[in-house]
Amino acid sequence: MSDRWKLTILGAIALALIAVFMIIDGSGNWDYVLPRRAKKILAILLTGAAISVSTVAFQTLTNNKILTPTLIGLDSLYLLLHTAIVFVFGSTALAAMGKNAQFGLAVGMMAAFALLLYKLLFKREGAHLYYLLLVGIICGTFFSSISSFMQMLLDPNEFLVVQDKMFASFNNMNTDILIISIVLVALVLAYFYRDFKYLDVLALGKEHAVNLGVPYDRITKRLLVAVAMLVAVSTALVGPVTFLGLLVSNVAYRMLSTFRHAVVIPGTILLSIVSLVGGLLIVERVFTFSTTLSVILNFIGGIYFLYLLLKESKT
Amino acid sequence: MKIAYLWIALIVLSVTSLFVGVTDLTPLDLFGMTEYQWQVMSISRIPRLISILIAGVGMSVIGLIMQQLARNKFVSPSTAGTTDSASLGVLVAILLFPGASPLFKVAVAFVFALAGTMLFMRILSKIQFRDPILIALVGLMFGGIVGSATTFLALKYNLLQSVNSWLFGDFSSILKGRYEMLYVSIPLIAIAYLYANRFTIAGMGEEFAVNLGLKYRQVVNLGLGIVALVSAVILLTVGSLPFLGLIIPNLVSLYKGDNLKSSLPHTALLGAVFVLACDILGRVLIYPYEISIGLMVGVIGSGIFLYLLLRRKSHV
Repeated sequence: MSDRWKLTILGAIALALIAVFMIIDGSGNWDYVLPRRAKKILAILLTGAAISVSTVAFQTLTNNKILTPTLIGLDSLYLLLHTAIVFVFGSTALAAMGKNAQFGLAVGMMAAFALLLYKLLFKREGAHLYYLLLVGIICGTFFSSISSFMQMLLDPNEFLVVQDKMFASFNNMNTDILIISIVLVALVLAYFYRDFKYLDVLALGKEHAVNLGVPYDRITKRLLVAVAMLVAVSTALVGPVTFLGLLVSNVAYRMLSTFRHAVVIPGTILLSIVSLVGGLLIVERVFTFSTTLSVILNFIGGIYFLYLLLKESKT
Repeated sequence: MKIAYLWIALIVLSVTSLFVGVTDLTPLDLFGMTEYQWQVMSISRIPRLISILIAGVGMSVIGLIMQQLARNKFVSPSTAGTTDSASLGVLVAILLFPGASPLFKVAVAFVFALAGTMLFMRILSKIQFRDPILIALVGLMFGGIVGSATTFLALKYNLLQSVNSWLFGDFSSILKGRYEMLYVSIPLIAIAYLYANRFTIAGMGEEFAVNLGLKYRQVVNLGLGIVALVSAVILLTVGSLPFLGLIIPNLVSLYKGDNLKSSLPHTALLGAVFVLACDILGRVLIYPYEISIGLMVGVIGSGIFLYLLLRRKSHV
């Protein structure tokens, strides 16, 4: 089967799932049901695109298929922010802040942290990507050890509030935030669009890319900024979802017969939409919200990935 | 750093560690200890020192081995799926045996970690890996699957906080009768040391290793087995200690290169010295209370390692 066909089929599955998601169990209250579900679908499309593009770009930049942008420490910062607010001011303060303020604060902090990190490291001449990753891991560990310490001391009822922030959720989408996120993601993608076409060359490794005339340092920096912005927006919108990026990008590499980004990135986006919508359907209809989306995604996705590997070994 | 300095630091800190605490104990008391002082020594201080040393040496050594086998600097021991299996074990132990003794719960969790590791190895053996990165990838995915089962159950029974607190690194609960499981890892670390050369060769790739007459599969399996068992034991008795498995091996290899035979002693000693120093500081800072090691390691480690990384000349 050619890659074009695979992408078409994936697209068809995605559309079918979205249609099912929109109309299932609507029981005539369309005015109420459709706008709410449409908001969830919009959020899914946005997150799927942001996570897929950033993960694939990050893996190509680092030449390492087990990494996700989590490594820069943004997820840990997001969790620390919420844990610290609950720990210091109590869960009522978090509720009183309102969603818009929370979103703004989260995006702002993550973006500021990422830029500071880059600035610190790229100031030095010839700074290596390897250092950036090590420093990112160190900062991430710093954040997460503080938040797990606070979580240990939290009152169990307050912990439940933090617990909600530990998992991605598409419920209670706020229209303002959704629009802002769409604008932000669109701006990032448009501004950095011309850098993405270098990804195929960057995948050959630094030496080859430089030989072929790619301004390596500049492109790497710009792409890293784009990755951080995309992760910041999607994390602030729905919560930590980076494991999904690892899962879908690796399934896409195995499913498609090429490493060209013009094919892999759309494939990854479609796969993440299929898995997010499918996962949400299972969470809502089968488990009636008794568990989180990431549980379903990691379980089914992980097993599917191992199955793909095993099948590959047999042939 | 000269290895002699590390040895000196280790000995000085070890002795200090024995005499820091709420009960007054000075080295002079060693000649003519009261019954009570002897009990403090044997029930609390010595077990604590032993477990710090084992945890520090163990975690950093298996981190180094894991990175060598997977040929990837960003793989940590928890990548082998052990951490997730052990958490599942902790959860099951809390759910099914709420009244059992701590050592029994640890044993239950350990059985889960062991079973998880065996399953992980079995999946790996079915896959012909042309690419060593697959070891880490399979580990991550396997960990994701087991982790999702844990999260599902933990959310259902509202135990997420309990499981997380158990796995948060803490030496204050280490007492005689609760830490003995750690001894399992001593022979394993010794084997790791004996096999260091073989791991180095295995890290050069399957074809190269087979050419040099190495039973590649066997060595990789042995290495992964050691990694999984040692990390399970440490995780369950002490809790998770950030940085040790990932940053310390990376720092040492920046200075010493990738020959395990020469970098292993440094890695082991640096790991032990680091944990010891953090623990002593954590006990002194808010004396007579203490700051748990998970937090100390996270905070102090970030500072030190950032400094070491940024200070280094930017040539790679």
